[in-house]
Amino acid sequence: MAFESLTEKLQNVFKSLRGKGRLSEEDVKAALKDVKMALLEADVNFKVVKQFINSVTERAVGQDVLDGINPGQMVIKIVNEEMTALMGDEVTELSFRPGKELTIFMLCGLQGAGKTTAAAKIASRLKLKSKKTLLVACDIYRPAAIEQLKRNGEKVETEVFSMGTDVKPSVIARNAVDYAVKNNFNVVILDTAGRLHIDEDMMDELVDIKNTVDVHETLLVVDAMTGQDAVNVASEFNEKIGLDGVILSKADGDTRGGAALSVKAVTGKPILFVSNGEKLDQIEPFYPDRMANRILGMGDVLSLIEKAEQAALDRDEEKDKKMVSRLKKGKFDFNDYLESLSAMRKMGGLSSIMSMMPGMGGKMPDLDTDESALKLKRTEAIVLSMTPEERENPKLMNPRRKFRIAKGAGLDIAEVNRFIKQFEQSQKMMKQLPSMMGKFGGKRGKFPF
Amino acid sequence: MAEEKKEKTGFFARLKSGLSKTRNGFVNGMDSIFKGFKSIDEEFYEELEEMLIMGDVGVNTTNVLIEKLRESVKKNHVHEPSECRELLIESIKEIMSPPEDAYSFTDEKTVIMVVGVNGVGKTTTVGKLASRMKESGKKVLVAAADTFRAAANEQLTRWAEKAGVDIVSSKEGTDPASVVYDAVTAAKARNVDVLLCDTAGRLHNKKNLMDELAKMNRIVDREYPGAKRETWVVLDATTGQNAVHQAREFNEAAHLNGIVLTKMDGTAKGGIAIAISSELNIPVKYIGVGEGIDDLQRFDCDEFVTALFDVSDSKED
Ligand SMILES: Nc1nc2c(ncn2[C@@H]2O[C@H](COP(=O)(O)OP(=O)(O)OP(=O)(O)O)[C@@H](O)[C@H]2O)c(=O)[nH]1
Ligand SMILES: [Mg+2]
Repeated sequence: MAFESLTEKLQNVFKSLRGKGRLSEEDVKAALKDVKMALLEADVNFKVVKQFINSVTERAVGQDVLDGINPGQMVIKIVNEEMTALMGDEVTELSFRPGKELTIFMLCGLQGAGKTTAAAKIASRLKLKSKKTLLVACDIYRPAAIEQLKRNGEKVETEVFSMGTDVKPSVIARNAVDYAVKNNFNVVILDTAGRLHIDEDMMDELVDIKNTVDVHETLLVVDAMTGQDAVNVASEFNEKIGLDGVILSKADGDTRGGAALSVKAVTGKPILFVSNGEKLDQIEPFYPDRMANRILGMGDVLSLIEKAEQAALDRDEEKDKKMVSRLKKGKFDFNDYLESLSAMRKMGGLSSIMSMMPGMGGKMPDLDTDESALKLKRTEAIVLSMTPEERENPKLMNPRRKFRIAKGAGLDIAEVNRFIKQFEQSQKMMKQLPSMMGKFGGKRGKFPF
Repeated sequence: MAEEKKEKTGFFARLKSGLSKTRNGFVNGMDSIFKGFKSIDEEFYEELEEMLIMGDVGVNTTNVLIEKLRESVKKNHVHEPSECRELLIESIKEIMSPPEDAYSFTDEKTVIMVVGVNGVGKTTTVGKLASRMKESGKKVLVAAADTFRAAANEQLTRWAEKAGVDIVSSKEGTDPASVVYDAVTAAKARNVDVLLCDTAGRLHNKKNLMDELAKMNRIVDREYPGAKRETWVVLDATTGQNAVHQAREFNEAAHLNGIVLTKMDGTAKGGIAIAISSELNIPVKYIGVGEGIDDLQRFDCDEFVTALFDVSDSKED
């Protein structure tokens, strides 16, 4: 169970980095070293891993770290997103020919991949969809392959078409399709013999079938436990006969299933089903996000990240709503001002926000040395020196209070006066421009300074 | 959205060209690595590492092998990359070679249980072994102890016919342990030299199925104490790192003393066998190289390692 420790490992790597706001190149490199190992241990192809790590690095360096998670987790979040994107964002279904037209599926793959079982499983699913399905025995080589399909056909109450072992598979397919058309079948599933992707004659046999009958979708069955060779197998099948989708078999084992990622990466074809058991109803749609979790083996980290994200979202949304409604009523007080300051920091600091403002694009000076940042810090000190009542009700301000505040903030009274005057002006502006709030500067609005 | 799509195809395209480069790049795989480098540097080690991982040897075992190589390079003052070839082969051999008595079962009354996950080639292997042993003059009996998979009995029956050996048949759904019992009884009564038991494919993480295997073994132990016992796990060469878990669990349930590595006629390298040998000390005894009855060979470490580093594809593009 070497994988289980990946979470721990990452946590350790990032202990020293906790609290940093933005991902540096070193952070990313360190985190991705472990991710790379995890992917290789999960049997994702070496080349795929290399490319993948490169594209994650490209995206991750310079990213801001979300509140509530550490830099390592932030990297994982990006890894997970990239992986889900690579694997497809949504569930892909089998497609059918329109109306009464016959839909032909052809299953193919290496020996022992699980084609015959998958064929029966799909038939049993189609039964639920009230499709009349014909299973066709095109494996004339493996001893007792036809018997196996017949038994399975009985179990899922689906008719099996066979012509023995002396007829060419393409001829069997042709006859099966004729039979299906005559007898009002909706779907034909061709179960072909297992073959090696480098066996030219056997690969030609599949091409021959495709040239003989009008196959709607060609589906490659891939063992979830496949190692590095999955890319060769998948790309050869795809190049030589053309694939439309993939079925992942034997996923009920404890393999991480990195082959799924490899196959998707080299063919670009969607994974349609996951077959996960020997019983003939054990097949389900493929959920890319679940597979991403499984390959990474870090469901715990990911759910932590999710929580942090959700919390941040909830927090912000609620506050935003409150603030917007206050602004609309022209009730912008010093507390709101403080909050907008912290919101601004979370969004990536002054410079990045200012660069998003209309008319302020281009390179902004560094936040820490910037004059306006210093000024911002001073105004923050002013607000922090106010009493809760004063913050809630700016109208309470009078010279005595201002003097006390100036002392508390360690600033000149003139500066306090200037800030409060500016604040009152922006307050007035806010009242006139509530409609601007949704437009720029995000939902959070403009800041008075 | 359109941006993203473009990005993705970009990724696939880059990947593909990367792959075909490997295919065409090294024509004589192993030689190009060991002769292609002028000196033993980090790049050389990295290349070896990549080859091993691409061959499914796994990260851990690869690290072990590379470390070993580094040490012997230092110790033996080796400077030529070409000399590393022998060193590497030596250390893989050390890990993988079967012990002296690996094939001693051929001289005794033997019961061989053939186990493994689904679809790896157990039944085919039993057929090939039966034929091979029959040809060497043994009296062979096969038992269809896969009572689960549809038509498994028929499949083995065909193989028994081809090999010209007797079979103890079974019906789908019966207790496999009772088939084993019948087979052992028959083997003793008929003075059989080798009893080969084909078992149902099972995933190693299903406890009840692994228990079933242990039960079959206990029956042989009890009913035929005088027999030499061999239990072999059949491994598909295309299998990845999960095979180490598989072998560990099977070993736990049924005490493995051999591996049969099948489908070595494909492009998969079967490097996972090195990882298993190294972690569990179980030797590879035979390899399957095709679907025909004669496509079974004794394991040869030299050949295996050569194939492991052969990155050229038999495909010409
Ligand atoms: N190319 C190739 N194919 C093989 C080899 N050994 C077995 N096969 C094929 O692999 C497929 C599965 O083989 P089986 O012997 O049925 O595998 P099994 O482990 O008994 O399968 P289950 O009983 O279903 O778990 C068949 O199509 C065999 O022809 C081999 O060495 N090379
Ligand atoms: Mg079998």
